[in-house]
Amino acid sequence: MVAVPAPEATHSARALFVRRAAWRWEEIAFWICAALSYFIFPGHLVLLTQAMITGLFVVSLDIMFGYAGIPSFGHAAFFGIGAYTAGILARDWWGDPLLGLVAGALVAGLAGAICSQLVARLHGIAMLMVTLGIGLICYEIANKWNSLTGGDDGLQGMQITPLLGLFTFDIDGRVGFIYSFIVIFVLYLLARRLVNSPFGLALKGIRENVRRVPALGIGVRVQLAMAFTISAAMAGVAGALLAETTQYIALEVLGFDRSISVQIALVLGGIGSLIGGMIGAVVYTVLRDQLSLINPAYWDFWVGLVLVIIVMSGTGGVTGILRRSVDWVIARVKR
Amino acid sequence: MSIDVVLETEGLNRSFGALRVTQNVSFRLPRGARYALIGPNGAGKSTFINLLTGVLAPSSGRIRLEGEDVTRAPAQERVRRGLARTFQINTLFPSLSPLEATTLAIAQRHGLCVNPFRRLSGCHAEIDEATELLNRFDFGADAERATHQLAYGRQRLLEIVLALAARPRVLLLDEPAAGVPQHESAEIFGALAALPSDVAVLFIEHDMDVVFRFAERITVLVAGQILCEGTPEEIADHPQVREVYLGDGEDV
Repeated sequence: MVAVPAPEATHSARALFVRRAAWRWEEIAFWICAALSYFIFPGHLVLLTQAMITGLFVVSLDIMFGYAGIPSFGHAAFFGIGAYTAGILARDWWGDPLLGLVAGALVAGLAGAICSQLVARLHGIAMLMVTLGIGLICYEIANKWNSLTGGDDGLQGMQITPLLGLFTFDIDGRVGFIYSFIVIFVLYLLARRLVNSPFGLALKGIRENVRRVPALGIGVRVQLAMAFTISAAMAGVAGALLAETTQYIALEVLGFDRSISVQIALVLGGIGSLIGGMIGAVVYTVLRDQLSLINPAYWDFWVGLVLVIIVMSGTGGVTGILRRSVDWVIARVKR
Repeated sequence: MSIDVVLETEGLNRSFGALRVTQNVSFRLPRGARYALIGPNGAGKSTFINLLTGVLAPSSGRIRLEGEDVTRAPAQERVRRGLARTFQINTLFPSLSPLEATTLAIAQRHGLCVNPFRRLSGCHAEIDEATELLNRFDFGADAERATHQLAYGRQRLLEIVLALAARPRVLLLDEPAAGVPQHESAEIFGALAALPSDVAVLFIEHDMDVVFRFAERITVLVAGQILCEGTPEEIADHPQVREVYLGDGEDV
């Protein structure tokens, strides 16, 4: 005989999951600001586009690190693979931007699936070291394989055709901005769906207690391999977007520096909330841009200082501080 | 008429180097039984559990679940086939609520955990089942609080709920009442008494109170070997058991 739960308990339980998946005000605010920035800063569209692309890259890392708890020092490998795939395709075969995105996602996802077979067997620092190793290997392959990648000089000569055959990528970056905005927003919606799915809940379970998960009947390796593959594919799209909008690929897209900066951006913005990744990327990109104007040689000092202050000020990064401040103000006003 | 055995081991051995921690253990658990496995510290109880659940692989021997050989099956596969466990030390998801953790276990049973496109908030069947299960254990408002905020006894109870969410045929309870303060133990004992009667339960216990209250039969493990098996009365009167186990300070 199965006891039927009280209707109010069922209602409350269902409401919990609806609440967890609901749009938070900082998400809505971010996307409105991002859309409005097109009109407010028409002279900075290239920088804004790059910030949003970095945002997508950081979000892809957040799925791995913030949700599944898998740290990575080599995530740039997948970003770079996506960029080079789209770049080489546009240089040697077809310059259709959407095709480039799909190819970038597929090749980076495939690379992620292969790497996941190594990484999903490991824990903690060992995982970190293997991702670091993968990043370095990819960097040196691209560096050495001059005929394909252009090596140290970067990849040039991409022929990107107009988007949908209609919109030519312009020098001010208007088409690039709108194109990137739409692609990134759609992928953000997919990422949101993923973290609020049973799959996403299983990832949180792995992050919270990897020993318990098999005892529920869940195969940890399968979940992590899927998460790694999806995350890598998403990073690949980000890389492809960068290649297409700048029509040039510098070798540093694969660099250790980029793997580290994406981690920094995630911590700055706030781990495990998705929107923290987008916000962190914008903060980091703008910070870097402004600080390098003030002091071209030592700006990393300030990045380091900001990082320490943000981390010491509690969980949730800039997004967390923002949220706490607003809560504080609301509490003040109500009183 | 043969007994309907749901879990069976045959000549199970496990060594760590030269140390033989499980020696030739053959054990049968009938459907719906209430058995206990006892033994002094270092007797190999934990190793035996780890062998049964697939955390460790045996050096030799066989494990059969519902008549099928699962000796080499990974831990999660055994759970899917009906072998669930609890942990001696709480092994939960600290920042998830019991409702989320239970829903996760049920979603897994329904094969949803590999689906990144399904809305969790739309999984009404799973959420309702989790609510019903938690209600049965009187979780009330605690179901929606973060697990780390719950009283210790509640966390022990959640261990059992998560195991039951997998709809097991066999339930291994690793010291279910370990560390539970006196005033919370009634709740745990109530839960143990109310376990579904078609589920075979094996208590791995230190606490004689639990053993004599719930177990129909007891297996005594000493130095990795089965010393004897019998009803609680037989075990209590067994001279060797008194010597090696009950003799060292345990009050029966």
